[in-house]
Amino acid sequence: MSALIQVNNVTKKYGGLIANNDISFDVSENEILSVIGPNGAGKSTLFKMISSFTPTTSGEVLYRGERISNLKPHVVARKGIVRTFQETTIFKSMTVRESVVVAQHLRAKASLAGYFWGSKTAKEDVTAFGEYADELLEFLGMSEIANELASNLPQGNLRALGIAIGLATDPKVLLLDEPFAGMNHDETMNMVNLVRSVRDERGVTVMLVEHDMPAVMNISDRIVVLNFGEKIAEGTPSEIQNNEKVIEAYLGSADDEIGM
Amino acid sequence: MGFSIQQLVAVGVFLLAIFVGVPLLINATGRWDFYFTLTSVALLAIASAGVWLTFYIGRINIGQGAFALIGAYVSAILVVKSGLSFWISLPAAGLFAGLIAVLIGLPILRLRGVYFAMITLVLTQVVTLTALALPITNGAKGISNIPLPSGVSIFGIPLIPDFGAMENTKLAFYLTACILMVVTYAALYRLVNSRLGHLCRSMQQNEELASSIGVNIAYIRVVIFAISSFFGGIGGAMFGSIAQSVYPSTFVVADSVNFMLNCFLGGLGYVFGPILGTLVLYFGWDLLFELGKYQMLVYSMILIAVIRFLPNGLLSIRFGKGNNK
Repeated sequence: MSALIQVNNVTKKYGGLIANNDISFDVSENEILSVIGPNGAGKSTLFKMISSFTPTTSGEVLYRGERISNLKPHVVARKGIVRTFQETTIFKSMTVRESVVVAQHLRAKASLAGYFWGSKTAKEDVTAFGEYADELLEFLGMSEIANELASNLPQGNLRALGIAIGLATDPKVLLLDEPFAGMNHDETMNMVNLVRSVRDERGVTVMLVEHDMPAVMNISDRIVVLNFGEKIAEGTPSEIQNNEKVIEAYLGSADDEIGM
Repeated sequence: MGFSIQQLVAVGVFLLAIFVGVPLLINATGRWDFYFTLTSVALLAIASAGVWLTFYIGRINIGQGAFALIGAYVSAILVVKSGLSFWISLPAAGLFAGLIAVLIGLPILRLRGVYFAMITLVLTQVVTLTALALPITNGAKGISNIPLPSGVSIFGIPLIPDFGAMENTKLAFYLTACILMVVTYAALYRLVNSRLGHLCRSMQQNEELASSIGVNIAYIRVVIFAISSFFGGIGGAMFGSIAQSVYPSTFVVADSVNFMLNCFLGGLGYVFGPILGTLVLYFGWDLLFELGKYQMLVYSMILIAVIRFLPNGLLSIRFGKGNNK
């Protein structure tokens, strides 16, 4: 299968600090790929570069052969590569449903002026957005909290709201930033199933950054491991679990364990 | 979208009050000076509407005086030096203010919070100084003796009467200002409740998230700032026409601050907040005139109290912590 997203020799330097060094890997269509690594390994920076929230120092990211790095975030989002954030990044004083409706604006057929004057297309858009929002929230099991203000939601729901907002844009690729952080086992398993159904039923390719190893091993088709900004391994969950470099990065090498 | 009966009644009562009630009342009491006061309130409310709109994308705008002054000068210059009709100079003033807003907004709208506020605070002073320096604005002498708006007729049918031939220009100006204000707020209401308004809200709450869902935040910021300044230009141009003169001091930094306070006082969550805010602030200041040297002290203490106890503005008393009316 040809690669949907190609990360080619991407490097990011902040002054003298190298956050990502010469990272390359491919993401295939319809796969779930996780990027893991210890704290400070450069996972989030990599995501920011893929979604053009920060420019690369060198190297490039391609989507279907087209460069998507070093652009503006909204341009990349319009191409269908959409990132989610950790739970604090939401539209606080909108309800769940309002957030999902506003996130669909890219699908609008009427112009902004059409909305102002209330044209027929605009009215059709508004109806369609509402219907799709209801459908999406039902799919995500969020119908009951549709009219809650985002600021009143508990953490677990906020994460789901982030995914709902991302999905509402009708993405081809969804980049999830730590979707399981701070969740207990049951919540994590629900979220794992949800992310999987996003891929299976909506045909969305998913990339995620995550710390929760059991969840990552469970959900991922392939895993990319970063350590100190370098890619140290890439492969299926079972390959990664048996990779010596990965074990070393996570547990420290035998030499480090002096006195243990 | 549908309106509730209550809303329609409220709007009906308001329109009736300003277009029929006020003139009747003034006729009965003979307080003709109130026309000028209320006309000013209506025009300041138009400029405040613009400030309110910049709040809606999460920017504190203390520079509306700059655009009001630009509008006033553009209209005055077009009428006096080019001999154009005031009714053409009015939209031209708005558009020119909008154009300047695009040029200024492109660099400064990247700033957020207090940094944006500080830059806009300087703008009014910059425009005042520019007006003092440029030959076309006639320096400190300003432009005076601006003719009153002439009549407009199409195919011999008079649309707008000649203000110069009128006995009672106060009433005419009052009605014009009220019509402009109603149109401004109707447009503002539509805008806020249309898709552009929803995108603004998303930006106000989280610009990062907004751009992640594909909102071109830089573009929308500039568009909103231009519309905001358009309102400022219109308000300023009308003001100049009523005063029949424009000076560099017609709008100063204090006016810019007042435009902002009008929005705070009325309530940032309510489209019609600035109207109430302008009315209360304008009259409040005058009512406290009796206090002499303590006027400013009492005035500011009241303002602080309002902001402390009614952070959502005066309209929150009536509507609770609700959203846009």
